[in-house]
Amino acid sequence: MLAKRIIPCLDVKDGRVVKGVNFENLRDAGDPVELASLYDREGADELVFLDISASVEGRTTMIDVVRRTAGEITIPLTVGGGISAVEDMKRLLRAGADKIGINTAAIRNPQLINDGARTFGAQCIVVAIDAKFNAEWGEWEVFTHGGRNSTGIRALAWAQEAERRGAGELLLTSMDADGTKDGFDLALTRAVSSAVGVPVIASGGAGSAGHFAEVFAEGHADAALAASIFHYKEVTVHEVKDTLRSKGVNVR
Amino acid sequence: MIAIVDYGMGNLHSVSKAVERLGCEAAVTSDKDRILSADGVILPGVGAFGDAMANLRGTGLEETVKTYVASGKPLLGICLGMQLLFTESEEHGRHEGLDLLPGRVVRFQGDYKVPHMGWNELEFKQPSPLFEGLEQGHVYFVHSYHALPDRKEDLLATADYYQQVTAIVGRGSVFGMQFHPEKSGELGMALLRRFVELTESR
Repeated sequence: MLAKRIIPCLDVKDGRVVKGVNFENLRDAGDPVELASLYDREGADELVFLDISASVEGRTTMIDVVRRTAGEITIPLTVGGGISAVEDMKRLLRAGADKIGINTAAIRNPQLINDGARTFGAQCIVVAIDAKFNAEWGEWEVFTHGGRNSTGIRALAWAQEAERRGAGELLLTSMDADGTKDGFDLALTRAVSSAVGVPVIASGGAGSAGHFAEVFAEGHADAALAASIFHYKEVTVHEVKDTLRSKGVNVR
Repeated sequence: MIAIVDYGMGNLHSVSKAVERLGCEAAVTSDKDRILSADGVILPGVGAFGDAMANLRGTGLEETVKTYVASGKPLLGICLGMQLLFTESEEHGRHEGLDLLPGRVVRFQGDYKVPHMGWNELEFKQPSPLFEGLEQGHVYFVHSYHALPDRKEDLLATADYYQQVTAIVGRGSVFGMQFHPEKSGELGMALLRRFVELTESR
């Protein structure tokens, strides 16, 4: 059976890793290529680069970062952030990205999912959904722009629409859990995972190795993503895998 | 030199870099003479079967690949490139493949998640120089269609995903891997190294 995947995420701005990264044995802790390579050696199953550059130059730099990283690592690489056209996708895939993450652009123009999936295959298109519980609705609402803007769109319905339009995978971030380190949003993850037939990557809230075990067992996630706990070495990918293995979760 | 056939489908950079990291020269090319004179050829591929075959035909590379295979030198199809080795696929209608191996490519059907995406464990079904001496382990798959070889002896390794999924096929000097060896960690690189060694040992 498929192994559950552990995915570190790196925020990259103008070609540099931005979230405080605190590693020894790195010549340059801000170099995404070097950090990606380290995570690969540590046993990460995939990597995500989130491009938070605001400038055209920054985005151009990202192409080069992707090209250099893809040549170094032996695991799949997803690149997201600021991608709003099939041309953007093509440039990143040509540079060596395996999958493209789209978020705000997919909300603004859902046809982008169809176009991307038709051009490159569904497996290339990851639709990222930032969701927050809406007490009035009794269900989750989609947010964009890093969780700042509400959309009035229901997360479960959007997840299903994204799948219907050709998304090969969903990257689901809980705005409620993100940054808390109290664990993944199990209810949200379970709800979305059972509403769709494509893999779901849970994101937001990881604070310990045990949280990963929970989101697989109770959240029915196919993969789990985290950033800061890995970057600050609060727990290593290796330790997370050991914990999962000891709890009977199938990992690589 | 290993020629990586460039016919406009998918990400060729990672494959070529992986081959180079094994210390072997790699050329991403659509040049017929370079392909025919290569020590080994990799047929990569991401995307739809029908488009891929149309591109191979439109560029005349279908004949080149077949001529190359007839010379007895090693060929490795990766992912869609493996599926193209078979007789036909039902992806978006019926499409004829290269027919180097008899068999069909069909969609995953059932109450489970498709694509088959992620790390799955290989099970070696019969001896092959491709993995002799290697430990079975996880490799990275991502596909919505899977191949059903007609001949059991062409099936070298499988993975378990609600059924036995064709993972490695081979007959003579023609090989295929459904997963991405260049994205499959140490085991993937070891498998790719074996293929490179096969091309060198000739």
